[in-house]
Amino acid sequence: MFTASDLRKGLKIQIDGQPYIVTDFEFSKPGKGQALYRCKMRNMMTGNQFSKTYRSGDKFEKAALEERKMQYLYNMDNEYHFMDVKSFDQIFIQKENLGDNVNFMMDNMEIDVLLFDGKPIDVSLPIFVNLVVTIAEPWAKGDTSGNDTKPVTVETGYVLQVPPFVEEGDKIQIDTRTGEYVTRVKE
Amino acid sequence: MLSAEGLHFRAAFFASIRQFFVSHDFLEVDTPLLSPVILPEANIVPVSAGEQFLQTSPELYMKRLLARGHHRLFQICPCFRSEEQGRLHLQEFKMLEWYHLNKNYDQLMQDCKELICFLAAALKKQFPAVCHSLDLAVWQKITVAEAFAQYVPVSLEKAIQNDTFDELLVEYVEPQLGIDGPVFLIDYPAQMASLAKLKADDQTVAERFELYINGIEIANGFSELTDAGEQRMRFREEITRLSWDTSMPERFLDELDEIDEAAGIAMGLDRLLMLFMAKTHIDEVQSFAPKER
Repeated sequence: MFTASDLRKGLKIQIDGQPYIVTDFEFSKPGKGQALYRCKMRNMMTGNQFSKTYRSGDKFEKAALEERKMQYLYNMDNEYHFMDVKSFDQIFIQKENLGDNVNFMMDNMEIDVLLFDGKPIDVSLPIFVNLVVTIAEPWAKGDTSGNDTKPVTVETGYVLQVPPFVEEGDKIQIDTRTGEYVTRVKE
Repeated sequence: MLSAEGLHFRAAFFASIRQFFVSHDFLEVDTPLLSPVILPEANIVPVSAGEQFLQTSPELYMKRLLARGHHRLFQICPCFRSEEQGRLHLQEFKMLEWYHLNKNYDQLMQDCKELICFLAAALKKQFPAVCHSLDLAVWQKITVAEAFAQYVPVSLEKAIQNDTFDELLVEYVEPQLGIDGPVFLIDYPAQMASLAKLKADDQTVAERFELYINGIEIANGFSELTDAGEQRMRFREEITRLSWDTSMPERFLDELDEIDEAAGIAMGLDRLLMLFMAKTHIDEVQSFAPKER
């Protein structure tokens, strides 16, 4: 159990059976008044946000969250399959629950999977991933037409803007937080 | 943690406060930090030290000195309040308190204005690069009732009835106060009178105020309740709401009867220093912040 005085940014608690993360927190206490714990929270399953002010006596359950290292195996019919690297248990997550993460997931990649009550609710990818460019318009060296970037497609099917010198078959590094090109990777 | 220059600034800040009060004929006193009894206030949790308490405020002993006939007293001292930690709170902080015999809260508001203007000028002169210029040209007063009518979507009566006064004050009123110069929020509902006297011509409000600058509460002052019988009743009510054990402060109540009229105020010096140094967190004006200990 947590009490209001444990509240701080990043704390994960359970309200009405749902996991929440405290995204913003401030302690306040107006003159001669109650101690107030003002929080902004995000529902970790739905993404819904809300603000609420708690008092000293308020108590919270700890969110039943567990993070496990898993290997991404494959996807089939919008189900993404993972294997726990320790227990070899296999689970799958629906594509819609993975959001933009699917753009950067390669077979056999190790990923941290967050489980609530045994059910996977989120994955955290490495910050940088290296992916091979599968489709790119050719670039004429010395082209000064003024285009700073061009679109390319990488092996996951994700399309992003890159500098014009990137060619088909190149391996590029992508920042998974922003989905943006970082650099070309030389093997 | 303060830089070397910051430490000098903090020292000059304290020295200037003393200079102000001494030049206004106040006696500086120091009273016990450790005491077997403290004034019971439901929302202030003391730090225990063995069988005793560390003071949450010097109010009890300051008033006992007033009862002995001293007219003007001041003190700068550490105060301790359990469970208070945040951007504007420390479990151990520096309080300035001053008291007048035979005056009311109007005198205290006048003192606040003179003190803070004096400090601003003195610190700016000594530390032109460090001292932040506060907008001190216009000092305003607004009653709690006016502030609720102006800023809060719920009426003051409803707020008190539903026990949401504090939440609404913090959410809607405080951020509006002291943005264009200092503001005194005055005349608190009698339910929040604490140790303040009720207004003679309106018993629904107490002669109590809070000073706000830049949305930050700096000081709490009031015309002192000097009726020991009434004070005993309020303490009895507070004691039922306490989460720790304390006895009735009998000596205090006995001596309170000796005071005819008085006014007293507590000012959070760390917060005032934050304003002068343009800092946003109270930790930034300490020699050692809690996380550095």
